[in-house]
Amino acid sequence: MGLDPTIILDYWPALLEGLATTLALLALSLAIGGPLAVVLAMAWSARSPLLSPLIAAFCYSFRGTPLLVQLFLLYYGFAQFETLKDTPLWALLKEGFWCAVIALAVNTSAYTAVILDGALRAVPRGEVEAARACGMSGLLLYRRILLPKALRIALPAYGNEVILLLKASSLASTVTVVELTGSAREIFERTYSPYEPLLAAGALYLVVTFLLTRIFRAVEQRLTPQRQRR
Amino acid sequence: MAEDPSLFLLFSVGDRGWGDELLAGLWVTLRLWVLSFAIGMVIGIAGAGAKLSHLRALRWIAETYTTIVRGVPEILVIFLLYFGGAQVLQAILALFVGEEDAFVDIDAFAAGTAALAFVCGAYCTEVFRGAIQAVPHGQIEAAEACGMHRPLIWRRILLPQVLRIALPGLGNVFLTVQKDTAIISVVGLDELVRATAIAASATRLPFTFYLALAALFLAMTAAAQIGLYFLERRYGRGQLKH
Repeated sequence: MGLDPTIILDYWPALLEGLATTLALLALSLAIGGPLAVVLAMAWSARSPLLSPLIAAFCYSFRGTPLLVQLFLLYYGFAQFETLKDTPLWALLKEGFWCAVIALAVNTSAYTAVILDGALRAVPRGEVEAARACGMSGLLLYRRILLPKALRIALPAYGNEVILLLKASSLASTVTVVELTGSAREIFERTYSPYEPLLAAGALYLVVTFLLTRIFRAVEQRLTPQRQRR
Repeated sequence: MAEDPSLFLLFSVGDRGWGDELLAGLWVTLRLWVLSFAIGMVIGIAGAGAKLSHLRALRWIAETYTTIVRGVPEILVIFLLYFGGAQVLQAILALFVGEEDAFVDIDAFAAGTAALAFVCGAYCTEVFRGAIQAVPHGQIEAAEACGMHRPLIWRRILLPQVLRIALPGLGNVFLTVQKDTAIISVVGLDELVRATAIAASATRLPFTFYLALAALFLAMTAAAQIGLYFLERRYGRGQLKH
C-alpha cells in the first residue's frame, strides 16, 4: 500500500484545470453574491415593515438549509417544469456550472448580508449623527460613511466567509462540474488509488486557503492599520 | 404521465407514498447528526487540551488537525476517510490474514459518522480552546495555590465554566453539523437527502421533493435553535448580560 506520486505527475494538468474551475466558481459567486449582499443589507437596515421580514426570511432560509439541497433544488428541481424548458433561461439552468454559480452566489449573499447587517449596526453612532448634521442622507450617507466603515468592520468575518465559499465550491462536483474535487474524484475512479489525487487536491485547497488568508490580512492591514496589534 | 398524484398521497406513509422512505431517511440523518456531534465534542475537548498543552508535539498535532479541517472541503475529507479508510483497514487486516483474505467493508453509517465526527471535532476544538482561555487565569492560579492538582482543577474549576462559555459556539457547530450530514449522502448512505433524491427521480417531481426536503431541514434547524435557546437560558443564569 505505498503511495505512488507518479499518479499525481501524470494527472497534474487535470488537477490544475480543476483548480482553475474552482477559482472561476469562487470569483463568479463572489462577484454576484457580494453586491447582492450589500443591496440586501442596505434594504434590511432601512427597517421597512415589508422588506425587512422578507429579507430576514430569505437569510434564515438560505442559512438554515444545506447548500447541497439548494444546489439540487436548482439543478434537478427546475427540470420538473416543462414550460421552463422552452425559455432561454433553460440554457443556463441545465448547466451544472451555472447552477453552482447561482446557488453559491445566493448562499453567500445570505451569509454576507447577515455579516454586513451586523457591521452596519456597529458603525459608531456619533459618526452617523455628525454626517446627518452636515445634511447627508440616503445614498450619500451610505456611500461616504456607512459602507466604508461597515465594510472595514466586516472584513475579518468576510474573509472567513470567503474561505467557507471556497470549501463550498467543492459541492459543485455533485452536479457534474469538474472542479478540483470533481477532478480528483475522476482520477481516483480511473486509477483506483484514493490517496494520491485526494491528498493532492487537499494540498491545493490548503495552498489557496493560505493565499486567501494572506490577501485578507494584507487588505486588513491596509484599510485598518490602527487596529493591528504589534 | 398519469394523473398527478395529490401532495397528500405523495408523502403518505405506506406503499403508494414516499412518506415512510423519507421518514426512514430522516431517522438515519438524525442519528448521524447527534452521534457525530457527540463524538466530535469529545474529540474537541481532547483537541483543545492538546492545543494548550506544554508538549510541543501535542500542540503540533492539534494545530495540523484544525488547519486541515479548516482549509480542506468537508466533502474531500469525507471521501478521503471513506474510500481511503477502507484501504487502510484492509492493509492492516492483511498483516494478519494475508493479502487475499483481507477484505474490509465498512458500514456506510459508521464511515459517515467517523468522517463527520472528524470534521466536527476540529470545530469543537476551536470552540473549547476559546472557552478554556476565557476562564480567568487567576482562578487557576488560586486553585494551584490551594494545592489542587491538574485533574482536580479540570473537574472543579475549568469544566463547569468551560461548558457554559462554550455553549453558544457549540450550538453553532451543532447547526453546522446538521447541514454537513447532507454531504454524507454522496458516499451512498441512505439518509434523508439520498432518500429524497430517489423519490425525486422515481416520481419525476424533483422540485416538489427537494422543496419539501428544504422545509424539513428548516424545521430541524428551528427545533434545534429552540432547544439551544432554552439551554443557553438555563446555563447562562446569573451571568452578566452584555
